[in-house]
Amino acid sequence: MAKIIGGLTTSHIPAIGNAMYSKLEQEPYWKRFFDGYEPVKEWLDEVQPDLAIVVYNDHGLNFFLNQVPTFALGCADSYQNDDEGWGIPASADVKGDAELSWHIAETMIRDEFDITTCQEMKVDHGFMVPMNLFWRDKPTTNWPKAIPLAVNTVQHPLTSAKRCYDLGKSLRKAIDSYPEDMKVVVIGTGGLSHQLQGERAGIIDVDFDLECMDKIINEPSWMTGLSNDYIMEKAGTEGIEVIMWMVMRGALNDKVNVLHKHYHAPISNTGAGVLLLTDAE
Amino acid sequence: MAWRQHDYDEIPGTYVFDGKRSHSGYALNRMAFSFNSEANRQEFAADMDAYCRKYGLSDEQREAVLNGEFLKLLQMGGNIYYLAKIAVFHGMTVQDAGAAFHGITTDEFKQILLNNASGFEERLKQEGGFWHG
Repeated sequence: MAKIIGGLTTSHIPAIGNAMYSKLEQEPYWKRFFDGYEPVKEWLDEVQPDLAIVVYNDHGLNFFLNQVPTFALGCADSYQNDDEGWGIPASADVKGDAELSWHIAETMIRDEFDITTCQEMKVDHGFMVPMNLFWRDKPTTNWPKAIPLAVNTVQHPLTSAKRCYDLGKSLRKAIDSYPEDMKVVVIGTGGLSHQLQGERAGIIDVDFDLECMDKIINEPSWMTGLSNDYIMEKAGTEGIEVIMWMVMRGALNDKVNVLHKHYHAPISNTGAGVLLLTDAE
Repeated sequence: MAWRQHDYDEIPGTYVFDGKRSHSGYALNRMAFSFNSEANRQEFAADMDAYCRKYGLSDEQREAVLNGEFLKLLQMGGNIYYLAKIAVFHGMTVQDAGAAFHGITTDEFKQILLNNASGFEERLKQEGGFWHG
């Protein structure tokens, strides 16, 4: 049977992608940030997951504002990165797993999450930065397979932290009921506090970020009780991405082990948090 | 016809990208989306004014694009991720745009970020359980 062996979180901002592309990991500005990923990479080396489910938002590569699905699941055998208009060359394709994707889609829709299924899906930095953060030391042919799960955090109205958490529970049900032996990790990406836009651009709220990390681990019901307005007021308009961490959290048990916890700020405009959680009995 | 009001409208210095903004900024954001293609970027760079007209921007939006006035573009419905695709042509990053929203230099903006995060390592020690190298 398939099994979720862990939940990871990370920021996904383009500046991190640029830093990796330009090999700035050892520069003073970046070193502490990147070093904080090493224990997670060691764990991944040890457990060798077969597949990663990456929960992220598209920033105008696959989806334009003509059609904005609240939840969109990749249901293809491979996913392409592409030109986003400003930056680094496109990464190699990432292998998917269409059979598992469709199994997840069926489970979620039966659970009354009316997700959008995508048989072609370009994946932007929101997906590629996390994949690179965790696996860039390996040739892409040795990367785990991946399934993109895109959540609209760009054009309001957005879904809620609670809905994301509940979707994670449905994801868990899907993985647990998949007959193939397969080790799966779920990666919640985005956040933490940052606001890119307006005269309020530049806010970082360390206290709120640390509170979110603690509550996501120990008391997810605190997060699911927060309104999007409140999260934006504290964490900034782009800090709302933290709701995507709740999909990861919903896919784990009520009680979790914290194998790794890392925070750094600022990275570009952002407070950046890393978690590695596994199910506690 | 009336656009619905929201609690988030009260957050100062903030332009939550909702239906009202996305509706008014649609042509502008659609043009920015086209910059995912290198051929389109070249066409825009060759004649920005004509390209804006082709995409049906309002006169105010077109002037703000040509002048690189990003606060105005935000106020006229530009989405920050799409504006980032336009900022490239003015040699600007998202951090440069952040500084422009405040009317300060990028170095001053970066200092605000450092100030906002200052002391975070002490906070992590108080909190406990965080990786420290």
